Amino acid sequence: MTVTDTNSATQVLDPEEARRLRNEQLERIGSFVLPVAIMVLAIWLWDRICVWNEIPQYILPRPGVVLQTIHSDAALLFSSLLVTLKITFLSLLLAVIGGVGLAVLFAQSKWVEMSFFPFAIVLQVTPIVAIFPLINIYVDNQTAKLLLCSWIVAFFPVLSNTTLGLNSVDRNLRDLFKLNHASRWQELWHLRLPAAMPYFLGGLKIAGGLSLIGAVVAEFVAGASGQSSGLASRIIEAGYRLNAPRLFAALILVSLAGIVIFLVLSLIAHLILRRWHESALKQER
Amino acid sequence: MGKGEKPLLALRSVGKTFSNGVTALADVDMTIREGDFLSLLGPSGCGKSTALRLIAGLMTPTTGLIDWDRKAGDDISVGFVFQEPTLLPWASVFDNVWLPLRLKGVSRGEARPAVMELLERVHLSGFENAVPRELSGGMRMRVSIARALVTRPRVLLMDEPFAALDEITRFRLNNDLLELWQDQRFTVVFVTHSVFESVFLSSRVVVMAARPGRVFDEIAIDAAYPRDAAFRTSQDYAAFCQRTSDVLGSAMNATGRSRDDGH
Ligand SMILES: Nc1ncnc2c1ncn2[C@@H]1O[C@H](COP(=O)(O)OP(=O)(O)O)[C@@H](O)[C@H]1O
Ligand SMILES: [Mg+2]
Repeated sequence: MTVTDTNSATQVLDPEEARRLRNEQLERIGSFVLPVAIMVLAIWLWDRICVWNEIPQYILPRPGVVLQTIHSDAALLFSSLLVTLKITFLSLLLAVIGGVGLAVLFAQSKWVEMSFFPFAIVLQVTPIVAIFPLINIYVDNQTAKLLLCSWIVAFFPVLSNTTLGLNSVDRNLRDLFKLNHASRWQELWHLRLPAAMPYFLGGLKIAGGLSLIGAVVAEFVAGASGQSSGLASRIIEAGYRLNAPRLFAALILVSLAGIVIFLVLSLIAHLILRRWHESALKQER
Repeated sequence: MGKGEKPLLALRSVGKTFSNGVTALADVDMTIREGDFLSLLGPSGCGKSTALRLIAGLMTPTTGLIDWDRKAGDDISVGFVFQEPTLLPWASVFDNVWLPLRLKGVSRGEARPAVMELLERVHLSGFENAVPRELSGGMRMRVSIARALVTRPRVLLMDEPFAALDEITRFRLNNDLLELWQDQRFTVVFVTHSVFESVFLSSRVVVMAARPGRVFDEIAIDAAYPRDAAFRTSQDYAAFCQRTSDVLGSAMNATGRSRDDGH
């Protein structure tokens, strides 16, 4: 096959470059279109399966019905979403404060890190569901319970990533600070914290998702003991009442919240790192 | 000890043995005079970097001492240029050069004249807002040199600063460094493993041998400054290179046979 003319641009591209350009354009379009197309197809299939098999609504509601439910139960669902989001963001905030604070403390001395890091790991590897009954005994306030639970799940990635970042400073840069008689505080502020930024932001992205999971799981476990009003309670409630449309609606809101949190945190990371860090640079082939 | 010119600093029987048993330097004597452009030339592993780090005060010698000529209470400032540009990747060129002053408590406004002047001297005017990854390797090294000079140090220590650059860029930086040095009269200790570079730049070349690291010989490069492109093609230059290269050859033959010291 011979390619005689590549019209679009004025400059002449050889066949290989033209093919590459075409592939790049296709990829760029594909990366948006394909996921959407697959999603639409899946929803359509879901709808068809309900219709073809005459599945009753309380087992598998049709997508349209779920959408309607989100609309009709909006007041209830969104106020619950707000409660869940409040716990999520508060615990994420506390995870950032606690994680970064502890990491900075660890960075002050290898001895402190060696002594206390194992405890952080213990806290991380013990399933939160198993710890919750204890929290339930010791903490009275419902919000505090959920917050604590969600915090335990979310703070570890912030702590471990930030600790790693604070410790991965270029040796020569450290010497440079030493040469200029920088104080410990100056080294932390001007060198170690900025150097840890990409690591911290990576941890934050993980922690964002985990704090939502923590908030939902905590409410699930607490749900048995009543008085919650977050999305998890709506899901449990709807499950008891065989209200599948509302169950699905609540589920969709939870995942949407998770996606939005992830996207927002990714955007923040991109904006902070775009000028200097490799991870934020466009891939050039 | 020489009379007349008093040495700015002298290494007296300096030795350094690391905790892993490697003797990087043994019994090194060296004097560095005010205004010298001294090169340390030697094979890799002969303790050149260790010598620089000892002079900079980043390490303490195991034996011997480093004797500074302290003029009435002034604190000896050294500037250090590493093999890599070693810049803060998140900070602009201006902020990178400002850093040493900033650590001394000089505000951005107060530092501005000094920083801008130095950026001009290293031909980076107009790039003060760029971040390192937007610059070429040679430009990054220029930033690194400006940063080392911004505190007006008495000694500039350079550890194979141009080794990673292409030849054309290296020649240009050699010229610019000499110009700066002649203008501002600081003292340079320059580590290199290139015979040609050391001869072109230096007033004295100290050839080192390895295992253990020691001073093998010293060659005075008695050619007038300023040195320019014409010097690179001159008979003198070729002769100095030949001599230095011969001495380096003997230094490498004199290197201990066994790879590890002691035992
Ligand atoms: N911090 C260190 N700990 C142990 N050994 C070291 C250390 N730094 C350098 N050395 C050893 O000391 C010797 C001299 O090293 P160096 O001064 O870096 O040589 P050069 O710069 O001439 O290549 C080498 O054998 C090196 O492995
Ligand atoms: Mg070296």
